[in-house]
Amino acid sequence: MSTNLADPTRLATPPTFQSVSLSRRIKNGLATGLVWGAFLIAIIPLVWVLYTVLQRGFPVILDGDWWQKSMSGLLARQQGGGAYHAIYGTLVQGLVCAVISVPIGIMVAIYLVEYGGRSRLAKSTTFMVDILTGVPSIVAALFVYTVWITYFGLGRSALAVSLALVLLMVPVIVRTTEEMLKIVPDELREASYALGIPKWKTIVKIVIPTALSGILTGIMLALARVMGETAPVLVLAAYAPFINYNLFDGPMASLPLMMVNERNNPTQAGFERIWGAAITLVVLITLFNLLATVISRALAPKTK
Amino acid sequence: MNDPVVAKRPARSGASGAERGVAAAPTASEAPIPPTPEAPETAKAPHVRPGDRIFRGLATGSGVFIVVLIGAIGLFLILQAIPSLGLDNVNFLTSREWNTTDPANLRFGILDLTLVTVVVALVALLIAMPIALGIALFLTQYAPRNLARPFAYVIDLLAAVPSIVFGLWGLFVLGPVLYPFSEWLIENLGWFPLFAKGNVNVQLGGTVFTAGIVVAVMILPIITAVSREVFERTPTMHVEGAIALGATKWEVVRTTVLPFGKAGYVSASMLGLGRALGETIAVAIILSTATASFGWSLFDGGSTFASKIALAAPEFNDPRSAGAYIAAGLVLFVLTFVVNAIARSIVAGHKEYE
Repeated sequence: MSTNLADPTRLATPPTFQSVSLSRRIKNGLATGLVWGAFLIAIIPLVWVLYTVLQRGFPVILDGDWWQKSMSGLLARQQGGGAYHAIYGTLVQGLVCAVISVPIGIMVAIYLVEYGGRSRLAKSTTFMVDILTGVPSIVAALFVYTVWITYFGLGRSALAVSLALVLLMVPVIVRTTEEMLKIVPDELREASYALGIPKWKTIVKIVIPTALSGILTGIMLALARVMGETAPVLVLAAYAPFINYNLFDGPMASLPLMMVNERNNPTQAGFERIWGAAITLVVLITLFNLLATVISRALAPKTK
Repeated sequence: MNDPVVAKRPARSGASGAERGVAAAPTASEAPIPPTPEAPETAKAPHVRPGDRIFRGLATGSGVFIVVLIGAIGLFLILQAIPSLGLDNVNFLTSREWNTTDPANLRFGILDLTLVTVVVALVALLIAMPIALGIALFLTQYAPRNLARPFAYVIDLLAAVPSIVFGLWGLFVLGPVLYPFSEWLIENLGWFPLFAKGNVNVQLGGTVFTAGIVVAVMILPIITAVSREVFERTPTMHVEGAIALGATKWEVVRTTVLPFGKAGYVSASMLGLGRALGETIAVAIILSTATASFGWSLFDGGSTFASKIALAAPEFNDPRSAGAYIAAGLVLFVLTFVVNAIARSIVAGHKEYE
């Protein structure tokens, strides 16, 4: 009796709930273990790839020449030189692609959110954007090849690469912009309409600025993705070991193309160039991803 | 647009007004001027400002452009492929031969390409599906709340690594690591066709097996992201109901999350399959080209549609031989189109995912 009173945790009546049976506990534990295991397994390749790239490429990019010089005039086995020509190509092809894709992508998203409603055209546009998301990059490249090179008879050039990248970038921009425009509160639009402001001005001056941080983040992420695309540069541009500033004509290097090209180079110099280009590409993509985060923080609508 | 009340207002809420029926209703009663239904269509024209008309036109035009673009991709590929298909001296669908060096005597068939493409994609899918399911459940149900977002970001990082880097890693790093395991499989399970000795040197690692694993890693983020989104929408009532009945964590997942998210997960896997079928440069770098045709072994080499086109692309000079590759590209386009369309239609049939 006295011991009962001394133990406040002891229940006055026997418990209503039975304890969970062993087999159920084992199953539960097993599932938990498997689910954690799945996550850890996915981490392995990520860490492994990044480690490989860092370990093999890092010594190469420490050299100042890497960022300032091209491979012009170097023999395959000669060490040294830089990736300036390829960095220039990758950035400029990406930027030209963005200049074309951003207006198209944003206008499509505006159509879908502000004008399309439930019309048949809006439905088929949504469907086609989904399909475009899934178009393999090599098919996009082949399409530009047939139009640009076979039909118009124009040569391989950096501009053709940018056009193929547009096909890959537009659906990404449409998706992110659409999501962002959808969460702009209707009260803002209605307040603007109430002041007699036309719809198009409301979209340009009220809706877009409100969603701007999200839209820019999406653009940066899309840009980071297309810069790593290899198939279009392989089909539509020839490699040049020297600097070519001309978008419209002649071979132009880019980082993926440089890697593909140096794969045929069995020397130590070739090895260094491959992994140097790989780490440079990863660094560029990381920078654009970081930029996306910074922009979304800096331009986020003030909530107060 | 046909709603006269809305049309009177300078703002012209337009089509999007339909979505805010609640807000539109009270304005009708407040409208100072009653609508004049007898006003002809032309009388309204001055109310539409030119800026509005232009902007609407631009937006609609962009929407049309996307639809036309997909049509144009199919059309141009078909137009380019037809002449070469006519010149093909072997059956395009059933031949394993691929020889386009002599444009006057084109011999190309896609049977081998199709088999390698499908087998690589299926191996990738088989590996990626269970792992992606685990990760999606982990991120939505098991991970500590404050860590779920950073963990999800880590998985998304996998998608940020360029595919060419994955390819180089697969060939130079993963391939040699897999070699002893492949060797063991061939020696002990070689009697089974899938593990038979293949048509390329296993030691170089350029096998369907290596390519499948690397592609699996590359499609993990897309399957995970889409499944996660669906699992997150499991109605809280279902989950709480299961908990109230005394279900363990696993039983909650099995009885509420999985049945609710099954269609979404299948759709996500189809999207992953689409990606795997079209994966280009990683596969092109990893797979060794083989002289012998594909023999259903994981340790065979060969080419997929995408890798075949990518490797031959720099030498496209004759439109006739280029047309052969474009025909292969067309088949790939149709294949991914169908897979993606199925994936989307699965989700479209489930209103609760909206």
